Amino acid sequence: MALLEVKNLSKHFGGLKAVDSVNFKVEKGEIISIIGPNGAGKTTIFNLLTGIYTTTSGQIIFDNKEIQNLTPQEIVGHGMARTFQNIRLFKELRVIENVLIGMHIQIDYNFLDLLFRTNKYKEQEAKKTIEAVRILKSIGLEDKLNNYAINLPYGDQRRLEIARAIATNAKIILLDEPAAGMNPQESEELLNFIKQLRNKGYTIILIEHDMKVVMNISDRIYVIDHGKKIAEGLPEDIANNPKVVEAYLGKEV
Amino acid sequence: MKNRLMENVNNFIMLMEKKKSVKFSVYGAVFLVMLIIPKIGLPMFMVRIMTMIGMYVILSMSLNLITGYTGQVSIGHAGFCAIGAYTSALISLNFGTNFFITALLGAVVAGIFGLLLGLPTLRLSGTYLTIATLGFGEVIRMVILNWESLTNGPLGITKIPRPVFFGIELTSLNGGLYYLVWILVIITTVVIYRIIRSKMGRALMAIREDELVSKLMGIKTVNLKIYAFIISAFFAGLAGSYYAHMIRYIDPNTFTFDTSIMIISIVIFGGMGTIKGMFLGSALLISFPEVLRFLQEYRFVVFGLILVLMIRFRPQGILGGQSRRDYKMPKGVNLEKIMKEG
Ligand SMILES: Nc1ncnc2c1ncn2[C@@H]1O[C@H](COP(=O)(O)OP(=O)(O)OP(=O)(O)O)[C@@H](O)[C@H]1O
Ligand SMILES: [Mg+2]
Repeated sequence: MALLEVKNLSKHFGGLKAVDSVNFKVEKGEIISIIGPNGAGKTTIFNLLTGIYTTTSGQIIFDNKEIQNLTPQEIVGHGMARTFQNIRLFKELRVIENVLIGMHIQIDYNFLDLLFRTNKYKEQEAKKTIEAVRILKSIGLEDKLNNYAINLPYGDQRRLEIARAIATNAKIILLDEPAAGMNPQESEELLNFIKQLRNKGYTIILIEHDMKVVMNISDRIYVIDHGKKIAEGLPEDIANNPKVVEAYLGKEV
Repeated sequence: MKNRLMENVNNFIMLMEKKKSVKFSVYGAVFLVMLIIPKIGLPMFMVRIMTMIGMYVILSMSLNLITGYTGQVSIGHAGFCAIGAYTSALISLNFGTNFFITALLGAVVAGIFGLLLGLPTLRLSGTYLTIATLGFGEVIRMVILNWESLTNGPLGITKIPRPVFFGIELTSLNGGLYYLVWILVIITTVVIYRIIRSKMGRALMAIREDELVSKLMGIKTVNLKIYAFIISAFFAGLAGSYYAHMIRYIDPNTFTFDTSIMIISIVIFGGMGTIKGMFLGSALLISFPEVLRFLQEYRFVVFGLILVLMIRFRPQGILGGQSRRDYKMPKGVNLEKIMKEG
């Protein structure tokens, strides 16, 4: 059984079929890339998976559960987290607070615990804060944990978003153009970090325009155009697929 | 010059954080000064102002929870005060119940109204919510005005008993009312501080920053906003109850739109989303009309002007915005040790 299986997934905005009967599967421990030209429907797929949009039709089966009708809160509880194409951090909060908010559902105490500062509260706060610092360390942001998110350089903001997604204890992480706006060195580091994540047992779906990144890192690739899946396969197959070339470069006349 | 001053203040605060002894002596000194204020023969009106400042600290702290931390602007907060005040006054007059019980009941009833207001309105956002809260404040006032059998209508309620603590009647003269309000301030501050420094506080701030992303973090945003409203209304009700028993007379015009505006002005002025800002904001805005008595009638004109200038030049308020201090780690987190781990 695949970790994530999407069956005939569609999303229509009025007459626009932003996602049109898309099928795909993701096995545990894979890095899957979704590529396609601008406006193809890639981000819309992420919005459907994470419960931001309701589906027009189709099924999303994640970890043996149908999740297409669940709320975003329930979906993250099942172990799916994401980053955004246009970075969406909690800007006026600190780096460490951003990560701690990512841990919200794992922090286990109630209102009375926090009001009376019970041992449970103290133990949980200390434990989760240590965990948050370790996550930041793994992604190289430990020296900036006091900074406010909005003051971070662009590349660090992207990394913080990934850290926050990891903090939710997700099994699968959806990255929407994580290398966008990064310089080559930063994007190289990011690549290595994503590979490390896979080695730690995470499953990753990546939307990415940078072909070098995609070809280098993906186990398999899905190509979307005008809401439809037009190709799937190993990186080398995709690179030579005439349909893909056409979608990207336009039809030859 | 101003920066030098800020730097010195910051260094001092840093020293306080590091050295427990410094921290305790500063707090101790403030505590002692506050303790002797009613006993050193200051003019009565100054003690009165200090008392009012205390009440507005509670009110602004209460509003700050929903507006400063959660980002839900309310301009109907006087409604919750009025509910607390009337509940407490009516119970104590009709049943002779002690202030400490009636005030708690007043706060609880206000909290229930917080829930009732929150349930339908918190699906609204931004300006719509703000207008709904404005409407709420006015509706409460109209109900109090017209439900004469219960509230005595426009004539108001008189001869509300003073708070009695173990047989001692708390008055302005014996300083009891002053001490009482500042004890309530301490309780409110501790509760709000503990909420802010917890997963609940972080969730509220996350909602302020980006509600959609908060949902993706598993935060039940609607519930949390309602809890924040309930807690906020509770403390506003508490302050209202206190006021009723201090002034001993309330009518439908005791808590009006002006009161709501005063509270939100303090929150904006002091610095949304800060606790110390509520103290500073209350101290400045409450003492201001007294210090500049000749401005009395133009109070709100000057207020408006200050607020506009503030929003233009320092939108985060006097003490708001990013802190220059390090994040306060919870006890038991050894940063250096984690940094050294392999
Ligand atoms: N909420 C919405 N309402 C209406 N149309 C939408 C909405 N969201 C997306 N669309 C449309 O759906 C189509 C797919 O958009 P989507 O953002 O998924 O593209 P994408 O593949 O992520 O593109 P890009 O590479 O530019 O990020 C676009 O035509 C877009 O305008
Ligand atoms: Mg996109």
